Amino acid sequence: MPEPARALAEQFDDLSQQREACELGMWTFLATEVLFFGGLFLAYIVYRGEYPQEFAEASRRTELVLGTLNTAILLTSSLTMALAVQAARAFQTRQLVVRLTLTVLLGSIFLAVKGFEYHKEISEHLLPGAHYSLAGSKRGEIFFYLYFAMTGLHALHVLAGICLLSGMAVLALRRRFTSVYYHPVEISGLYWHFVDIVWVFLYPLIYLIGLR
Amino acid sequence: MKTPAPTRVYWIIWASLLGLLGLTFGAARLNLGQFNSVVALTISVAKTVLILLFFMHLRESKRITWVYVAAGLFWLGLLVALTLSDYWTRNLAAVSK
Amino acid sequence: MRTVESGRVRPVQPRENYLSAGDTVSSWLLTTDHKRIGLLYLASILFFFAIAAAAAALMRIELITPKGDLVASETYNKLFTVHGVLMVWFFLIPSIPAVLGNFVIPLMIGARDVAFPKLNLLSWYLFIAGGALAVYSIVRGGVDTGWTFYTPYSSTFSQTHVISMAAGIFVAGFSSIITGMNFLITIQKMRAPGLTWFRLPLFIWSMFATSMILVLATPVLAITLALMSLERIWGIGIFDPKLGGDPILFQHLFWFYSHPAVYIMILPGMGVVSEVIACFSKKQIFGYHFVAFSSLAIAVIGFLVWGHHMFVSSQSLYAGVVFSFLSFLVAVPSAIKVFNWTATLYKGSISFETPMLYVLGFIGLFTVGGLTGLFLAALGVDVHVTDTYFVVAHFHYIMVGGMVTAFMGGLHFWWPKMTGRLYPERLGQLAALITFIGFNLTFFPQFILGYLGMPRRYHAYPDEFQVYNVLSSAGASILGVGYLLPLIYLVWSLRHGKRAEENPWQATGLEWQTSSPPPVHNFEETPIVTEQAYHYPPLGEEEEHA
Repeated sequence: MPEPARALAEQFDDLSQQREACELGMWTFLATEVLFFGGLFLAYIVYRGEYPQEFAEASRRTELVLGTLNTAILLTSSLTMALAVQAARAFQTRQLVVRLTLTVLLGSIFLAVKGFEYHKEISEHLLPGAHYSLAGSKRGEIFFYLYFAMTGLHALHVLAGICLLSGMAVLALRRRFTSVYYHPVEISGLYWHFVDIVWVFLYPLIYLIGLR
Repeated sequence: MKTPAPTRVYWIIWASLLGLLGLTFGAARLNLGQFNSVVALTISVAKTVLILLFFMHLRESKRITWVYVAAGLFWLGLLVALTLSDYWTRNLAAVSK
Repeated sequence: MRTVESGRVRPVQPRENYLSAGDTVSSWLLTTDHKRIGLLYLASILFFFAIAAAAAALMRIELITPKGDLVASETYNKLFTVHGVLMVWFFLIPSIPAVLGNFVIPLMIGARDVAFPKLNLLSWYLFIAGGALAVYSIVRGGVDTGWTFYTPYSSTFSQTHVISMAAGIFVAGFSSIITGMNFLITIQKMRAPGLTWFRLPLFIWSMFATSMILVLATPVLAITLALMSLERIWGIGIFDPKLGGDPILFQHLFWFYSHPAVYIMILPGMGVVSEVIACFSKKQIFGYHFVAFSSLAIAVIGFLVWGHHMFVSSQSLYAGVVFSFLSFLVAVPSAIKVFNWTATLYKGSISFETPMLYVLGFIGLFTVGGLTGLFLAALGVDVHVTDTYFVVAHFHYIMVGGMVTAFMGGLHFWWPKMTGRLYPERLGQLAALITFIGFNLTFFPQFILGYLGMPRRYHAYPDEFQVYNVLSSAGASILGVGYLLPLIYLVWSLRHGKRAEENPWQATGLEWQTSSPPPVHNFEETPIVTEQAYHYPPLGEEEEHA
């Protein structure tokens, strides 16, 4: 089992300073992600304000059941992630690996469902471009442009999260974490929850307009 | 810095999140006019607050962390608000000819 | 670890310092030492500066005659685009932060390194990768959209290598985000014992404010360039009226970043000014708290003014009024700083070493630049002078007269610390003077040209504008000499300059309490801070050198 001292990077005075710095660093990174996605959210807000009817009409063509299911899956993955962090703090390595694996699994299912959705939408000519057609017209194309851009960017982030958490699981299996050194798991968790929060906002904006 | 929440709390939060999901789904099917967006957004914010406070342990974090989080959200607000100051005032009667 | 109070540290001159600790290529390319990374950045930004300066030289030569007879219009468009892109993203934005900030911040706060040294190295590699993409774009024929990449020209009509250039800026953007993150956490979490916020040197306050902007603004640029590129690749996009899109939305997103970006470019320079003025007046900065809070105010208010680049874009007139008012507001904290620096000089023991000459130049030139910014912030005036040489002169007074001058001042100020050598002082003063004269001759006539109506980005102009253009081009050649001189004597000093002691300027600040150059881990013992910043003894008393 590695010494806790090896976990301490030389620029820090002690593990608690290191942990706090890394945590704050991750929150800072998440703030940059808020602004990164924010540009897309701004475009959505502007154009929904300009074309409310077209947005509603186009939104009705999204896969409501799959979208809702995916939201539930991602929310559950946040639960398993929070439980994983708890296991890390309690130095329960086996539980940590199990819960990280569950999170990765749920994330992968999310991506699979998303991929299936995309496939369906593309075959229904909803991918913006030369073949786009919503009931014979080009209406709502800008909605679907934003749909593919925003959910696509989100999916890339989910994929990155899956890689990150898999890496954490590998480190855990190699006994790299100890009773005092586990903050990489914590900050990976922060990233995963952030990806969930983005989806929490995407879901109603994509799937729930025009239902009434 | 508060002590971390027990396991039970995580399950309760998860159930609340799913409950809010159901709520937002149900509310979307009612005709509330302009209010639909407000309701949907409010529920999203509520879910976000739960995730931030409990899953992301913001409840137990130092105040400086809260400042960093608030700054990110506030700045997004600036981007949206000032841009909309253009789009929402473009077609006001006094200006358009 | 035994700690020693600041002011009485007696570091042993180590034979090993960060420069001598390893001289293989990989000890440099795989370094995580913030000091070496600062030097890596220095070499890199000089490379891009050279290319951008060459483009400017060609432009100024073309503009000597009224006809567009040196290069074709399309080529001229590519020249000013290359000049803008490289100067903004590959020289100015990294300059003080990535070079001086990286080197000095941990030293100034008594830390062994930045919070995330490996990320620091990654940021340099991202910078190089972005630069490589930009160079690739140039070599393949360049871009003609201007550094502003306005749609729909950039997204639909331009036939040049837009995407590779945009990709280069995108990647370099992540380099600056990482640098900003690193500095925020380093300053927040790694200050030496006793170093409270209000004992920090003002350079640190400036760098903290700069890092806020780096972190919050740059991601918006990233998504904007990505969307523009996507529109180019896909053939349609959200800025395209064919879909109901608005090209002006691009401008909102672009300027949300690019206006704060100019504060990324000036705030570090202001930080340098505070350090140098205090040192060469041997006096406490007047109004320390005002200057510190002004840095934060500039960072925050700077995010609220971007619409002043869009007054004539078809943006709503009401939005224009709001942005105009806020633009007047942002001048206030900058003015507060200028007043406080001036008050610092009053009754100070002033000496005119090279860094001080540059910094005094900064105060004058930045003031001119800032005041002309106010002219531009007035809606009515802007309608007349927008897109003319008035704007060009305004921002060059700030960027070159301000930022580059401050960079030179800071480089000379910390040169002994970084290299362990003194530069030749007389040559330094001469170069500073030449630069000042050359700069004003280059850019002051451009205010007149702009007011008289000469548009920017044109390589041909009416005959009556020639005299001012000739003056400007003459000035540019003098300015070039002014920049070439330091390149020569600074490199010369690496081998032949007098060896520097740990505090050649008798300055306060923790970075002067360790050897020149510093040891790998900066301090033999972690300092403890018990005094205010700039704790120069009241004038009239001799400072004791133990």
